[in-house]
Amino acid sequence: MSRLPDRGRSMSLIAADHACVRFAGTEVLHDISLRVDPAEIVTIVGPNGSGKSTLLRALLGITPLAAGRVSRRAGLRIGYVPQRLQIDRTLPMTARRFLSLPRRHAPAASAAALARVGVPEVADRQMADLSGGQFQRVLLARALLTEPDLLILDEPTQGLDQPGEAAFYRLIDELRHDTGCAVLMVSHDLHVVMSASDRVICLNGHICCEGTPQVVSHAPEYRAMFGLGTQGALALYRHEHDHDHTHDHGHDHGHDPGHGPARPKGADTRGHGHA
Amino acid sequence: MLDDFLVRAGLAGLGLSLATGPLGAFVVWRRMAYFGDATAHAAILGVALALATDLPVGLGTLAVALLMAVTVATLAARGWAMDTTLGVLAHSALAFGLVAISFVHGVRTDLSAWLFGDILAVTRGDLAQIWGGAALVAALLIWRWSALLTATLNEDLAHASGLNPDRERLVLVLALAVVVAVALKVVGALLIAAMLIIPAAAARGMARSPEGMAALAVGIGAVAGIGGLGLSMWQDTPAGPSIIACAAVVFALSAIVGPLRRR
Repeated sequence: MSRLPDRGRSMSLIAADHACVRFAGTEVLHDISLRVDPAEIVTIVGPNGSGKSTLLRALLGITPLAAGRVSRRAGLRIGYVPQRLQIDRTLPMTARRFLSLPRRHAPAASAAALARVGVPEVADRQMADLSGGQFQRVLLARALLTEPDLLILDEPTQGLDQPGEAAFYRLIDELRHDTGCAVLMVSHDLHVVMSASDRVICLNGHICCEGTPQVVSHAPEYRAMFGLGTQGALALYRHEHDHDHTHDHGHDHGHDPGHGPARPKGADTRGHGHA
Repeated sequence: MLDDFLVRAGLAGLGLSLATGPLGAFVVWRRMAYFGDATAHAAILGVALALATDLPVGLGTLAVALLMAVTVATLAARGWAMDTTLGVLAHSALAFGLVAISFVHGVRTDLSAWLFGDILAVTRGDLAQIWGGAALVAALLIWRWSALLTATLNEDLAHASGLNPDRERLVLVLALAVVVAVALKVVGALLIAAMLIIPAAAARGMARSPEGMAALAVGIGAVAGIGGLGLSMWQDTPAGPSIIACAAVVFALSAIVGPLRRR
């Protein structure tokens, strides 16, 4: 587990240093240290309620930290794609107009961004009328228009079918190669994550493990389950890690079946790996 | 020209719609309809306090409307159940206002003028106040337009773009209080929220962009203002409700025509 030994590691775009987040006295994120370096794709995985979105929001400065710190490289430009953006039906908004919020972009730049993410035809369509895949691509185009050094995506493929998911992650990878931007994303889709990430961070209130997809996927359990639909997600939680279990952060791994509000199906019967 | 009460009334309606158009669009987008009602109803309490303390009525309504709007916004931020909270506040404000105004003796005041407006009695001074307030609100909304829209879409998105959604909400709260103070004379406390919501809702079916919707709402508000005055002159109906009735007719037409146009 990375403990960020030299905190000023100059190459990092963004780094969290022993960050904690509390909601109403409950510690949601405990002692998080991570960093994202230029041009790397880092994926955060974890069960529902493990604090994935909260971690992104803390890195973005939306959610205040109870302890620790988040540092960004000076002048860092972040492109953010939020989870589940609902555009109210009462708000008429074409894709082109949406791209210029809050800062205006030239029509040519907007058109180029839409073409880059593969949906040049939607510029004049209403956002509310777009399909899930088109919508996510427009969100991505908006993030790209700020010429980001770092793209932060919160479950960007939620609501997409499997081919849509795979195509979306291919696009992310292409964008990283073309623009050199780093990508930090939250995902449920372990299969694609494994092929599309440089590093995977497994989160469950704290960082359970971290490493290249190869390292993570070398767990025999993972290989056994690879290809078995969403259960592949279990592999990460069965992986034996060298993390400390100080149990001072409000949850009890492995023993309690009620652990977490919505743990993945089958987690009880298969064991949790932390016990 | 301003000597004609009808011209003054028409100008008052036009001025008001400049502010209610864009603000009404935000009220619709952000689902603040009840919020507008609570703030508007509080204006009656403001009238009572102003009359009791010999302060200008405009100042009293502005202060109380602002207080109410800030209270509601604060409670919302703290996670109160807004449907119930707004219901309680809106009706309590109206009730307390009506009770309070009954204590104000010796003041030549006609309650229905405050409840339903008295646009035909608009003076030059009122007109200056209405246009001043409306111009202020329109300028504020135009200045913050992009930020307001982004925050309305998604607060995290706004935050990540370096905006402060709380500040944008405050802008709308301020604008709402000013519009309430300004609109009281024109359509009255009971119908201010209608003047915000109905033109914007009518514009929705015909608009393809947020700016288009706001501009159309201004136009529909203006048409309703003139139409309502016409109806009032012609049939001797109360002017404020006539204006809202006209806006409602435009809404009904757009609800019928809008879907047909899109086919």
